[in-house]
Amino acid sequence: MLVFFGRRLLVALLVTLTVLTVSFALTRLSGDLAIAIAGPQATEQDIIIIRKAYGLDRPVVVQFVDWVVSAASGDLGRSYIYHEPVARLIKDRLPVTLTLGLTGLLIAMATAIPIGILAAMREGTLFDRGIMMIAVIGQAMPSFWLGLLLIITFGLKLGWLPISGVDEWDGYVLPGIVLAFAAIPAMMRLTRSGMVDALASDYIRTARAKGLSRASIVLKHALRNAAMPVVAVAAVQLGFMLSGSVVIESVFALHGVGYLGWESISKNDFPVVQAVVLFLAVVYIFLTLMADLLNAFLDPRLRTS
Amino acid sequence: MSTLLDVQDLRVRFNTAAEAVRGVSVRVETGETHCLVGESGCGKSVSALAVMGLLAKGGIRTADRLEFAGQDISRLSERQMSRLRGDKIAMIFQEPMTSLNPAYTVGSQMAEVRMRHRGGSKREALDRAAALLGRVGITAPGMRLAQYPHQLSGGLRQRVMIAMALMCDPELLIADEPTTALDVTVQAQILRLLMELQRELGLAILLITHDLGIVARMAHRVSVMYAGKVVESATADSLFAAPTHPYTRGLLDCVPIPGKVARGAPLGSIPGTVPRIPLGFQGCGFRDRCAHADASCATIVPQQTRQPGHAYACRLPAGWVAEPVA
Repeated sequence: MLVFFGRRLLVALLVTLTVLTVSFALTRLSGDLAIAIAGPQATEQDIIIIRKAYGLDRPVVVQFVDWVVSAASGDLGRSYIYHEPVARLIKDRLPVTLTLGLTGLLIAMATAIPIGILAAMREGTLFDRGIMMIAVIGQAMPSFWLGLLLIITFGLKLGWLPISGVDEWDGYVLPGIVLAFAAIPAMMRLTRSGMVDALASDYIRTARAKGLSRASIVLKHALRNAAMPVVAVAAVQLGFMLSGSVVIESVFALHGVGYLGWESISKNDFPVVQAVVLFLAVVYIFLTLMADLLNAFLDPRLRTS
Repeated sequence: MSTLLDVQDLRVRFNTAAEAVRGVSVRVETGETHCLVGESGCGKSVSALAVMGLLAKGGIRTADRLEFAGQDISRLSERQMSRLRGDKIAMIFQEPMTSLNPAYTVGSQMAEVRMRHRGGSKREALDRAAALLGRVGITAPGMRLAQYPHQLSGGLRQRVMIAMALMCDPELLIADEPTTALDVTVQAQILRLLMELQRELGLAILLITHDLGIVARMAHRVSVMYAGKVVESATADSLFAAPTHPYTRGLLDCVPIPGKVARGAPLGSIPGTVPRIPLGFQGCGFRDRCAHADASCATIVPQQTRQPGHAYACRLPAGWVAEPVA
């Protein structure tokens, strides 16, 4: 178990280092940052001053090492626009994004897993085929469009739920649904196919031969084995929700990390861009690591091999 | 001796044009081993699963009689049937490697059967599980209880399956090719174990196999199956002494018996393969592979009795002798 964990952790660290490099390189590739920051009216003199002030005149390698070292110690630099530490900017907006992502994940799991199980138990019936068809349609639906549709229906026409901001908890409902919607089809299909396989397996035949109750057969014996790919995908989906909330946060005017990232891209606030990319990547890596550990808990075979 | 399981004219079909089981009648007496023999695909396993109510989706079962310990089980609901399975009737399978759930410990899988049918605490169930693991010849049962199936060998897993089947003191054990997937030495151990358990516990065993060697060692009674039907049924002694159905004779000719078959003499074989029997099929299923078939075999199959307790389904007289092939 310890070896397993150590190996996963090492891989996670390597991936983090790669992301650090890539996010650093990408911001440098988008042109001379000093010119971009100075703006179109700046003189040659301004640009030189800016270059010095932000340390952009140093060799790239020095800049990189400096960035990695300070990132490792939690200092992600200062925003050019807000004139505040980037770490604090992200920290302030994190609760909104995190709440939204978890709401989305919760809605997605609460919908996708039961429906997936039911579809598997009724494999090949009209119910099963209907559900799978809806899943395909759902997968093809762009989330900003669904967001607008929900805003118009439940926000404007019916007036049940707020359409922007999160002053109250119910502000998370509509964006949460939209985020969940993107994740539901994949989770549902995985749950279904995992359950179809599990229900057809020899150990389920054994469970039935033992006279166990239906609930125990489906929820204890089959689901545990079908859950692993679902866990892996749920982790990836949560990462996707946290980062992909860029679109949803702007549709619903939520000031989260995604919105911050989008804002800084349009304003060339590259320390923030760099940091947001890094942050989201680390979240992703962390979630994948968690999924691996959870799967090791679910499947004893992973622990020993 | 009383009849424990009485099956009359069991039929099973799936959502296809073929019938998998076309009228199987089997009686298992208390405390005896009844072997169901036949080639793969002849409907042995399906018959057993049908008796257990464990047919795969789409399987349709009918029977003139389906009684267990005098109780009609043909009309039991799935819920009522599940109360019988694992309790009075237990079953073990051919695939020890995949028949246990990889996600749970041996102990938890064994304990749940006992708790489901007899209640009681998990502690008590685990104590019983440990005792039974010891009984089936597993050393350090306490340690095994905490292990997962992937940590055990195939032979050990089959022992675990047997011990698990005994958790509620069943009256009938249905064993579907329990040793087919195991090494020969392990096979012998498992068979010996089954015989011991039978003597000790007075267990009736319905043993499904394709291996006549196993039949010779284990069986009190034998039913030979071909293409979804029992073609010959007799005590083991009577069957081996006087096999009567051409298929049974063909099967026995395929097995080398020391002292009976001359060294260097070719073994017999049955030409052709098991046919797919369509719905509404008439006559004998073996006729296309049988050297003694005539026109009447396409319409009627007479049920004959060689002696009390030895029945076969063929037009040939009991004492028929194969004519030398010209």
